Amino acid sequence: MLPYLVLTLLLLSTIGYYLGRRRSLAMADGHIRNLHSLPSYYGFYTALWCGLPALLLFILWMALGSILITYLVVADLPPEMRSLPPERIDLLVSNIKNLVQGNIVSDTADPVMRAAADQYRRLQAIGNGALWLLVLALAIGGGAYAYRTIAPRLRARNLVERVIMVFLMVSSTIAILTTIGIVLSVLFESIRFFHAIPITHFLFGLQWSPQTAMRVDQVGASGAFGAVPLFTGTLLISFIAMVVAVPIGLLSALYLSEYAHHSFRSVAKPILEVLAGIPTVVYGFFAVLTVAPLIRDTGQWLGLDVASESALAAGLVMGIMIIPFVSSLSDDVINAVPQAMRDGSYALGATRSETIKLVILPAALPGIVGGILLAFSRAIGETMIVVMAAGLSANLTANPLKAVTTITVQIVTLLTGDQEFDSPKTLAAFALGLVLFVVTLTLNIIALHVVRKYREQYE
Amino acid sequence: MNNNTNPLARKDTTAIVRAGLQRRYAAEKRFKWYGLTAISIALLAVVLLFADILIKGLPTFWQTDIRLEIDFAPQIIDPDGRRNPDDLSLADYSALWKKSLRQLFPEVESREELRSLYALISSGSSLQLRDRVMANPALIGVTQNVDLLADDTVDTFFKGGVDRELPEAQRPLKDDQIAWLDKLKAEGKMETRFNTGFFTNGDSREAEQAGIGGALVGSIFTLLITLSLSFPIGVAAAIYLEEFAPYNRWTDIIEVNINNLAAVPSIVFGLLGLAVFINFMHLPRSAPLVGGLVLALMNLPIMIIASRAALKSVPPSIREAALGMGASKLQMVAHHVLPLAMPGMLTGSILAMAHALGESAPLLMIGMIAFIVDIPTSPFKPATVLPVQIYLWSTLPERAFVQRTSAAIILLLLFLAVMNATAIILRKRLERRW
Repeated sequence: MLPYLVLTLLLLSTIGYYLGRRRSLAMADGHIRNLHSLPSYYGFYTALWCGLPALLLFILWMALGSILITYLVVADLPPEMRSLPPERIDLLVSNIKNLVQGNIVSDTADPVMRAAADQYRRLQAIGNGALWLLVLALAIGGGAYAYRTIAPRLRARNLVERVIMVFLMVSSTIAILTTIGIVLSVLFESIRFFHAIPITHFLFGLQWSPQTAMRVDQVGASGAFGAVPLFTGTLLISFIAMVVAVPIGLLSALYLSEYAHHSFRSVAKPILEVLAGIPTVVYGFFAVLTVAPLIRDTGQWLGLDVASESALAAGLVMGIMIIPFVSSLSDDVINAVPQAMRDGSYALGATRSETIKLVILPAALPGIVGGILLAFSRAIGETMIVVMAAGLSANLTANPLKAVTTITVQIVTLLTGDQEFDSPKTLAAFALGLVLFVVTLTLNIIALHVVRKYREQYE
Repeated sequence: MNNNTNPLARKDTTAIVRAGLQRRYAAEKRFKWYGLTAISIALLAVVLLFADILIKGLPTFWQTDIRLEIDFAPQIIDPDGRRNPDDLSLADYSALWKKSLRQLFPEVESREELRSLYALISSGSSLQLRDRVMANPALIGVTQNVDLLADDTVDTFFKGGVDRELPEAQRPLKDDQIAWLDKLKAEGKMETRFNTGFFTNGDSREAEQAGIGGALVGSIFTLLITLSLSFPIGVAAAIYLEEFAPYNRWTDIIEVNINNLAAVPSIVFGLLGLAVFINFMHLPRSAPLVGGLVLALMNLPIMIIASRAALKSVPPSIREAALGMGASKLQMVAHHVLPLAMPGMLTGSILAMAHALGESAPLLMIGMIAFIVDIPTSPFKPATVLPVQIYLWSTLPERAFVQRTSAAIILLLLFLAVMNATAIILRKRLERRW
């Protein structure tokens, strides 16, 4: 039903555009020079008056309508139901909504609930009908008002441009709103989590086993939420990834920018960048099915005990994924080192590698460090590779052949699958998300700062 | 100064340099080799990755069929002869192909043997027959050759995935099953054809019936929503920041914020989507609508950065000329700057869409990993997307699913390649050097 309303609005606005345009020309006796703005601005002016207020009302209803209806339905419930604690009422409401949508066979439901569902449906129908009426009335009314106010002296362009400017400004703040949304949503749930589990226990506890917290009556129902094994696991895998990616990425960048023939560079660089465009789920698949068995077999052949979900496999593949980040970021900074410094070094008789080691690298070091920090933050936040290739058991170990788990793996495991939203188990995922957000943000800020500061040196 | 005048000392320096030269050249050569090795490893990784996935995935594009002579017996399909569609859809179609198999192998009698004989044909064959009859009820009473889907183990066997030399217990197919298959093959009743079902079917627990049709549709819905939100908002934000925003603290905060947001791990956006869109706004779980919203927020910083770069590349003289001719600032942007920056913005948005197409972590958070058989019909229905489907299949142990996962990856990479190539061609075609 509602998409049609939007379409109708669109249609009305289009009609408004043509009417407004025609009216402005008519008012100006057919001569544009008599008008303050071009006729199309009068069209847009009418269309905006026709569509915008109605659209705002529509959005308002979409956002608040169901809340209002729920409130009315709850207010009509029998008093003994209304006096229940808030969580129970939430449960009731979701049951009523399920009834409304027909997800539950209504014959089995209790009559009070059925009555409530009927009322919900009735209110919804009334609400939708009223919405149609109001929106259409507002659209036609707004359009009519604009149509009547069109006059050669009306500053239509300025009015239209003001509306567009507001739209541009609002768009630019959405990025800020997203950040605020992330911070608030993660922070609130984390605070609720820290009411149940002390923050010191979370940050410094050595035991992680949230699985036991599924049922209240189970043994050890409180679960163990010491996240240190997750932090060490994340660091271990990211460290392995950096051990792979930094030398390969850096040396590739150096070779491509200082040694390689132009034609080789023009082939190798895009191929290297292909690595950055491959979805991480593909890397995860490669890690599980190809790299992990390979490492396990090699380990067995060498007489080592390798877990099938070893940190090494995940780390290696993640390293491959990160190579292009390191190499393209290093490439940028290496190319930013002024040619004069290279020439000076060559003039003193240094070989290429000496120039690289003694002149280019020291000059580019801050930028390279910044790039490595960015790559590291990427490794920490990487999800699919570790979800697929790393384990679930939270081992506190530095052995790369053992299985470890990471922050992102735990977030995914805690939040996929059906569970109630209030248990510490799901809230723990948000606390982990908070840690992840804070750590990557800090790394990024430091890295961007370093890179920016370095850039200023040579510009 | 003194040294230069002394010929003996100069000779000494030369000698020292000469003596070290060998070592320095060796170091030079070594260093060059390090670089070459590093880049070879990286390139090798690309080749290995693609070769591995191609080898695993290509067989999926063919599917083995078993041709059986099916007698569409009226007493099984439509005992009372009324051709009532409800009755037709409820009939036991498996009896048809089971009967036909029994006729082919009359020597098979024991219950256990029969069961392993029936296991050669996909359980989806009954649906296949039903759809055939429902579409054309005139078939009832006719005997016809029908190509039925083979079970995934049979399919794997014919693609060489089962080693006959293995002991029977370690093989998915038993000795007598292989004997039957060999007989069927000798009679020309087995053939492979292009696997169209893989592209049109939804997900299934049976590998031979599982397809990526549902995930493809889900991906399309999700990306449409992402594009329709992130493109206008991203372009508008870029225009504001690049052309109108005053240089003050507020715009500085916005800028730093956009840069930082671009580097926030994608899974955090999933947490945002879960907390805001699902738990707070009560939007439907697992729906492409929510997935598209989350990906739009994730893509927004990338879109803004790309659009700003495109706007920056338009020379100021264009702006000055427009203003000089009496255009308002907004007219200048809308009529002159934006059209010139549009190719760059389109390129950026295609790349951002490619990025969104491959993204899966935030979608796991909002429940797009449900097992969904039906192909979604609207963005409000539960769905999954291509990369998540790959993740789901990769957790299944059957060899046929491994192949399907790889085939889905091939398709995903193909889409990404096409998108990236389009972006590059667009850039080459429309780019203007000023």
